[in-house]
Amino acid sequence: MWPTSLATRLRIFPEQASTVAGQVDALFLFLVVVSVFFAGLIFVLVGLFVIKYRRRQTDAPVPSIGAEVASAESHDHSLGALALEVFWTVIPLGITMVIFVWGANLYFTMSRPPANAAEIYVVGKQWMWKLQHPGGQREINELHVPVNVPVKLVMTSEDVIHSFFVPAFRVKRDVVPGKYTVAWFEATTPGEYYLFCAQYCGTSHAVMGGRIVVMDRPDYERWLAGAAKDVSLAEAGEKLFYQIGCSSCHQTTNTGRGPSLVGKFGTMEKLASGESVLVDEAYLRESIVFPQAKIALGYPPIMPTFTGLVTEDGIVQLIAYIKSLAAPQKAQRP
Amino acid sequence: MTTAGAGTNYLNADYRVRSWLLTTDHKRIALLYLVSISVFFAIGGALAGVIRLNLLTPYGSLVQAETYNKLFTMHGITMIFFFLIPSIPAVLGNFLVPLMIGARDLAFPRINLLSWYIYVVGGTFTIVAAVTGGVDTGWTFYTPYSSTFANTNVMLTALGVFITGFSSILTGLNFVVTIHKMRAPGLTWSRLPLFIWAHYATSLIMLLGTPVVAITILLVALERGLGIGIFDPKLGGDPILFQHLFWFYSHPAVYIMILPSMGVISEVVACFSRKRVFGYTVVAVSSLTIAIVGFLVWGHHMFVSSQSMYAGMIFSFLSFLVAIPSAIKVFNWTATMYKGSIDLRTPMLYALGFIGLFTIGGLTGIFLATLAVDVHVHDTYFVVAHFHYIMVGGAIMGYLGGLHFWWPKITGKLYSEAWGRIAAITLFIGFNLTFFPQFIVGILGMPRRYHVYPPEFQFLNILSTAGATVLAIGYVLPLFYLTWSLLKGERAGANPWRATGLEWEADSPPPTFNFDRTPVVTAEAYAYPSLPEASRG
Repeated sequence: MWPTSLATRLRIFPEQASTVAGQVDALFLFLVVVSVFFAGLIFVLVGLFVIKYRRRQTDAPVPSIGAEVASAESHDHSLGALALEVFWTVIPLGITMVIFVWGANLYFTMSRPPANAAEIYVVGKQWMWKLQHPGGQREINELHVPVNVPVKLVMTSEDVIHSFFVPAFRVKRDVVPGKYTVAWFEATTPGEYYLFCAQYCGTSHAVMGGRIVVMDRPDYERWLAGAAKDVSLAEAGEKLFYQIGCSSCHQTTNTGRGPSLVGKFGTMEKLASGESVLVDEAYLRESIVFPQAKIALGYPPIMPTFTGLVTEDGIVQLIAYIKSLAAPQKAQRP
Repeated sequence: MTTAGAGTNYLNADYRVRSWLLTTDHKRIALLYLVSISVFFAIGGALAGVIRLNLLTPYGSLVQAETYNKLFTMHGITMIFFFLIPSIPAVLGNFLVPLMIGARDLAFPRINLLSWYIYVVGGTFTIVAAVTGGVDTGWTFYTPYSSTFANTNVMLTALGVFITGFSSILTGLNFVVTIHKMRAPGLTWSRLPLFIWAHYATSLIMLLGTPVVAITILLVALERGLGIGIFDPKLGGDPILFQHLFWFYSHPAVYIMILPSMGVISEVVACFSRKRVFGYTVVAVSSLTIAIVGFLVWGHHMFVSSQSMYAGMIFSFLSFLVAIPSAIKVFNWTATMYKGSIDLRTPMLYALGFIGLFTIGGLTGIFLATLAVDVHVHDTYFVVAHFHYIMVGGAIMGYLGGLHFWWPKITGKLYSEAWGRIAAITLFIGFNLTFFPQFIVGILGMPRRYHVYPPEFQFLNILSTAGATVLAIGYVLPLFYLTWSLLKGERAGANPWRATGLEWEADSPPPTFNFDRTPVVTAEAYAYPSLPEASRG
């Protein structure tokens, strides 16, 4: 069930195949050094004390707790003890703050896809990954991507929570029903890498995986040309837009019962509630599934839900179409 | 101080079964818990054994995927809710809190008995759920899988966990009131044993945290039973909301498991080094700090969940803060041993084992608190290894160390020191052999909860399973020599370790009402006399 083409040799560290992998590993190795130092310090001290201060003779009997114990200090009043406590509070605190800033900074990079990233739509379902390229190529449990190109994954789930995990890229992001989550990577080495589902999702969770195939640009172009495709995502979305009747209300001009969607993507929409909302993937998805959640200003709340009428794949296509309407050169299309 | 009616103690006061089942004596209730949690530990351990056997090969050769998923779910539920959470508080805490503060019993003896019955009822529901089909949601019950998609015994199991929560709440309540109101004259807060401080902090978490998980489970039941949309987006709910609510309890729950262990370690290290605990005040305050800050770090379980990036940063920051008091404790225990008179008896070996394993568990926790690194190791075997180092390496080593330390007090008998040491060392070695390879296989990317896995992970999994057999031997050994000690062990006397502390002034085993007159405390805890120069190394 695992791609047999993947090498099966013993490693103690995963391969690095993305731009962030090396950066994550540098931080990881720093943590290893810090940990080995502190664990070593504790182990050596404990070992040393156990040997040096081992009990050599039976010492004085313990006085009853009810009796005054002259020799016992009541508290650590000694300045030395206090200094020691401050010392081993401040030093670890300082080190952890360095680690915190380093980790948070890198996490920021890992959470923000570059603006020029190619988009791939990912739909997780029990127990498979469905991946769609903007050109309409569809894949199952396999994703072909070009090397040295940032790839943005826009992901959702049809059922339970899954998690898109590519160890060689150091990328993991939960795939959550009811919303879009985003991950990105830029592969650096052509080859094949494991794709796992990392979030437990039911019976066949362990086999909900596959591979990411990273290809040189020419190989990738060849693959794109040869891959099974019907029409581009936006074209499929356009077809669906008419098929399920979106077009009867959302016309090209603001003459329908709903607002026109031409040029809408990426703008701020005024709502009946007085608020404004950015028209992005999440808002479009919500408007298709829960139309009553946010009502556009000036339009009656009459849109029915399309839950059950359109699949997650279909919603992705509709969004791709609505996005294409935002591009000025395509705004003229019906 | 010995009792007048010598020979009569809490064990032989009455032999009838009803005298045990209707007892309100905190010491007898502690033993009821000891027996019941041992049953759950055996069940949970056996489930883990099957899991490890299945993972010997990459192909899931032993059990089907459905069965495997139920195995790890029930292993987690049994170990966490029915063994680890009650372990030290309900057994050692129940037995020792009144003894250590010079009281005759807990503040609410009947509520204490009620706690045990609630625990048994909850446990029974869970066992019934297990034998009538089991449950496969993982102990985390993540929605919408648990609320909508799973078709196993979710409701029955959840009900069991829900019920058992009340046992935890009542125990916490009992401890808080007892520690506040029933301390012997002269036993001021600054003289309290650190075991009591740890239990005080733990009780606060039990009181404040457990109701949240109870409500969360109720919400899952409402969605699953009545279709009320709370977590399932198809019904208009939010699946991430569940994770917030769940971890708001379940992260502090980790401290319910580890804080009492830390209390045990403070007592044991002081006794077998014959020194007061270094930085008593700092160690006591760090328990409270952990309990409080521990409530503010739940979001570190959700760095890849789609939680906001900025929320992730705040939770990461707070998680680093909560690591500091734990580090301080480790440094203080180490400093306590400095210039001590160290005797490597069985309890001390367990305590040293705790320090070693907890240090590794704590340091790998730093990896998980680090945002960018967590993204890679989250939901892999790295996490599995980390929390076993804390919850098994830490909590169970502490529990067994405490059980060995106070065994003479509880039973009045001594166990075989040689066998005790062999078991402690076997456990330490077996534990590391089992769980250290899991760090590596996790870094390589093996996700947790996988019934089958790519073949290159097999070698490390074989190592882990081999280690688990050593670990199993370490767990079975005490069963034998402790039982033997119960039947044939040498009489212990009131204070075999020559330890300080009020519990050692009572007879072993203590009489039903602990002390024949209320003790008066005039000294701090750990008033070990200064060592003569000659005894130093």
